[in-house]
Amino acid sequence: MNLEWGVMLESLPRLLQGTLLTLELVALALVAGGLLSVPLAMLRVSSNPVLRALPLAYTFFFRGTPLLVQLFLFYYGLAQFEVVRESIFWPIVREAYWSALIVFTLNTGAYTTEILRGAIQAVPHGEVEAARAMGMSGGTLYRRIVLPRAYRIALPAYGNEIILMLKASALASTITLLDLTGMARTVIAKTYLPVEIFLVAGAIYLALTFLLVNGFRLLERRVLRFQQPRTA
Amino acid sequence: MFDLHGFGDQLLLGLGMTLKVAAGGLVLGLVLGLLGATAKLSRAKPLYWLAATYTTLMRGLPELLVVLIIYFGTAGLLTRIAGWLGHDGYVELSPYAAGIVALGLAFGAYATEVFRGAIQAIPAGQIEAARACGMGRLRIFLRITLPQAWRVALPGLGNLFQVLVKDTSLISVIGLEELMRKSQIAIANTKEPFTFYFAAALVYLAITVIVMLGQHRAERWAARGQPGSTT
Repeated sequence: MNLEWGVMLESLPRLLQGTLLTLELVALALVAGGLLSVPLAMLRVSSNPVLRALPLAYTFFFRGTPLLVQLFLFYYGLAQFEVVRESIFWPIVREAYWSALIVFTLNTGAYTTEILRGAIQAVPHGEVEAARAMGMSGGTLYRRIVLPRAYRIALPAYGNEIILMLKASALASTITLLDLTGMARTVIAKTYLPVEIFLVAGAIYLALTFLLVNGFRLLERRVLRFQQPRTA
Repeated sequence: MFDLHGFGDQLLLGLGMTLKVAAGGLVLGLVLGLLGATAKLSRAKPLYWLAATYTTLMRGLPELLVVLIIYFGTAGLLTRIAGWLGHDGYVELSPYAAGIVALGLAFGAYATEVFRGAIQAIPAGQIEAARACGMGRLRIFLRITLPQAWRVALPGLGNLFQVLVKDTSLISVIGLEELMRKSQIAIANTKEPFTFYFAAALVYLAITVIVMLGQHRAERWAARGQPGSTT
């Protein structure tokens, strides 16, 4: 196959511009979703069944349906209701950018909640009991013992979630956003060279995944160094 | 329930297509996963590198991009191959075939790792014992490795299938009339996007629940001979 190398090179600036939007969406959604997941995970392990059920319904819906459905339901679906169209939120809800950001946040928040719940439940009982014996309770116990321990336990699974979020962000292109995939589709519509442009876009995604995987490996080594065998 | 304006049977048709694509992707993905795991555990370096490249590519690329690449990117190649075989004219994959191939490729990459872990979990002594009994490599694989490996692999494969079912919605982007696309068609006629996307969401949720229950039963059944099982 003869590739049009010139076109590939020419498409690079625009694809990198799309990459910036991809990174922006993923980073903001991860931060917001992460913040959302902490209180929800704490509710998920509560002893009160009503408090437990609320975040469960949320994670069940967002993990049980395709992201594409969630995105369309929010971006196209909400406009069906006049209440929404006349509310003060309408200028935000009708924007593709905000829709993608909100839905990505809720989606990754749901997965992160379940990851964090598993991690909180995996914190050794003895440590919690010891902290109780020292007189810690409630907020102090969570802040000093449970959460610092849980986030380290959750780290490997969370690393996978970040990769999945990066890949899922390609769906932003289905609601008109010009992220990396969206930009690639736009360039293809002009050049009629799908193979070349997809190769460049694919290479950029692979590079991002590679960076994330290795960055996470370093981070894990750093925050989990207390578990490593001592050298020398 | 809510009013589907007579589009209920269309949604059911879409559901049928969704299930067909999911089943096709599952079969292709299982085959690719087994081949991939065998290649990754093989002593032949080229086979290992081939499988490693495949899993790295597929696990690093967005599924949507894979769907688009298979659908829009393979026509040139297929037309050329058909040309060698003496067929003139344009050849491309249908959205249906492209969808199964794309989802199968993605499933296969993750399944490769699941199968590899499961095969490695089998004690080496058993393989040696089988060899001492005079079994050949294929027979060892079919009689010793596979029956035990799939039990270990089952939870992982179940989770992958959940992901696969949800990813079938991506094929609506290339026009396959599955559940999502049928919902869009209904919306174009009724102007009720929330109703139909919500209906679609509920159907996906129902599939998720059914797959989860099936997974649970399959795992219980697979573990029936294991110590500590209650059945």
